[in-house]
Amino acid sequence: MAHAVASSEQYNFEIVRKFALMSLIWGLLGMSVGVYIALELAFPVLNFDIPEITFGRLRPVHTTMVIFGFGGSALFATSYYVVQRTCQARLFSDSLATFTFWGWQTVVLLGSLSYVFGYSQGREYAEFEWPLDILITIIWVSYAALFIQVIRQRSQPHIYVANWFYLAFILVTAILHIFNNLAMPVDLFSMKSYSAFSGVQDAMTQWWYGHNAVGFFLTAAFLGMMYYFVPKQAGRPVYSYRLSIIHFWALVFLYMWAGAHHLHWTALPDWTSTLAATFSIMLLLPSWGGMINGIMTLSGAWDKLRTDPIMLFMITSLSFYGMSTFEGPLMSLKSVNALSHYTDWTIGHVHSGALGWVAMISFGSMYHLIPRLYGTKMYSLKLIYTHFWLATIGIVLYITSLWIAGIGQGLFLRAFDNFGNLKYSFIETVVFLHQPYIWRAIGGAFFVAGVVVMAYNVTRTIMQSKREAVALEAKIAAKMAQA
Amino acid sequence: MKFKHENIEINAGLLIALTLIVVSIGGLVEIVPLFFINETVEQVKTANNKDAVRPYTPLELRGRDIYVREGCYLCHSQMIRPFRDEHLRYGHYSLAAESQYDHPFQWGSKRTGPDLARVGGKYTNEWHTQHLIKPRSVMPDSIMPNYGWLLKNTLDYSDIRARMRAQKKVGVPYTDSDAGYEANIKRFGKVVADNLDITYAEKNLLKQAEQGNYDGDQTRLTEMDALVAYLQVLGTMIDFKSYADGHFSEFR
Repeated sequence: MAHAVASSEQYNFEIVRKFALMSLIWGLLGMSVGVYIALELAFPVLNFDIPEITFGRLRPVHTTMVIFGFGGSALFATSYYVVQRTCQARLFSDSLATFTFWGWQTVVLLGSLSYVFGYSQGREYAEFEWPLDILITIIWVSYAALFIQVIRQRSQPHIYVANWFYLAFILVTAILHIFNNLAMPVDLFSMKSYSAFSGVQDAMTQWWYGHNAVGFFLTAAFLGMMYYFVPKQAGRPVYSYRLSIIHFWALVFLYMWAGAHHLHWTALPDWTSTLAATFSIMLLLPSWGGMINGIMTLSGAWDKLRTDPIMLFMITSLSFYGMSTFEGPLMSLKSVNALSHYTDWTIGHVHSGALGWVAMISFGSMYHLIPRLYGTKMYSLKLIYTHFWLATIGIVLYITSLWIAGIGQGLFLRAFDNFGNLKYSFIETVVFLHQPYIWRAIGGAFFVAGVVVMAYNVTRTIMQSKREAVALEAKIAAKMAQA
Repeated sequence: MKFKHENIEINAGLLIALTLIVVSIGGLVEIVPLFFINETVEQVKTANNKDAVRPYTPLELRGRDIYVREGCYLCHSQMIRPFRDEHLRYGHYSLAAESQYDHPFQWGSKRTGPDLARVGGKYTNEWHTQHLIKPRSVMPDSIMPNYGWLLKNTLDYSDIRARMRAQKKVGVPYTDSDAGYEANIKRFGKVVADNLDITYAEKNLLKQAEQGNYDGDQTRLTEMDALVAYLQVLGTMIDFKSYADGHFSEFR
């Protein structure tokens, strides 16, 4: 514990601990809501005729809690940790950091409550109504100020590569959030507002936001995580310095063009969606460059995969990253998109990224981070293995069932009989979805079970660290008494 | 001087500035032109040279707000694509003009239920009301939640003027002046222009609800009235039969 005390004087780790724990709590809550709404789709009776818990109102609760609650808190935690460690400088204001913590938790909590009670902007992943949007803006500016100030006060000449990615994430999220949420409130005391844009322009702005929320919030930032925690855990330097430079600039440039592939074959002009498809395919290169850079960092230390479950989490997450960034460009092809769009294939794709990549790299990083924050070792290595297998089985069940659901439904909907009439009515495809929906919920439940195991493991780790601290103090006291 | 990436790595200001430039290009190229290229949203005129697509009436607007509140867009799209199966199932593909007054757009991204872009007029009011209260009573295999409270909740239209004024501020041609009203008559015809007049919003809303009798109970004005009024107008503003085949394909 003595070591932890010393380093918490040098750096603000208290804020990292807070965000790390909240990340786990939001993950548990948000993923449980996810399983529940998955079950609502399989068994609609679970809506119970209660407005507050119908699918339409709970779905943004799920996405908000997992993206902003779980993912967001994990990013705050790791970015504060990484930037202080790699710059060897402390966050300049503890109170501002604490403000970002309480502010962010308030946003996720109030946001979730507001959807349940029917307040929503009606735009995916940007459902927060305007007062919360303003609060988010204030928090984000504080976050940017804290982060950038640490970089400016660094005692190293170089800014470490992980920080480039975190920085790009912070800057882009600010831009996206502000432009996408331009809206006119009904009045000053009304929670209701109308988007500043309409129709085509609104759609384009929203998916520029939506896709780059994936690209920067859920990718670039987690790549920042990768560039710090994978080399640390492997005990080896990043595989290629040049590759990380190309990876960074190509990724941040290309991602911003890809959003309109969510709008293929719609009333959006063709030139826009063609551009987006083109850039989506090019995006495969930096994505795989990044994956290779991460995985090859283990080169020469592959044996760690046999003994270190944390490494297993990290390498598996990078494999899923590679898988979903291959699937993404594939689905952005107009001919594939014609089938996949509007179906569960999209939902499956998102989850192979969100569970396989985002959540797995976060779990890996947390297992590395938490013992260091509490000056002890993880309570159980075995339970990390258990978590790993529960999560992996869960993901495989989830994405396989939704491949079946999505591709199946897509094919049914475009099937014609011998006379050129539609072969199936829409409702027949809904009947078909029942089985895959059950398997999807089971997959999700596996994943949540893994997080429960993690929560238990982390709780025991923290208790253990407190016991160790007490024991150490007693020892010191005894020594002092002798002296 | 030879360029070295190291120069960026040791200068936080430069790193921030370059990142901002690099990430801005895509959005600028793809989004900004959509506001300035006129063909982005096609002009659709009726036989007597009025705008075919009009803003929502006060009642429809309230219905749309309820549609957003309940998160309908998470399972229903409002964007028909130009494919044969979609044409047979839903009708003519959606035009940009049809959502030009939609703040926010509700194109959706997922069809857990069918597309609703042209659901207007396909079913009766009674069907919609029954279906919303208890979907499985008319569609046994449906997985949609029951929306019984829509019929129980009295429609709150106390702030309808504020809602229309907010819409006006973001560009929807609702009016509260004589000049605006006259312009709307020219653009949409008198019947529509009357409905876009903010001054008479409450009166118009009540009148439409009474005449439409959307929820089958004329003694009460409910959220069901508003939502069904909205659903019944979806996709009905353009009379596609009055245009030559292939007319709209010229625009995209």
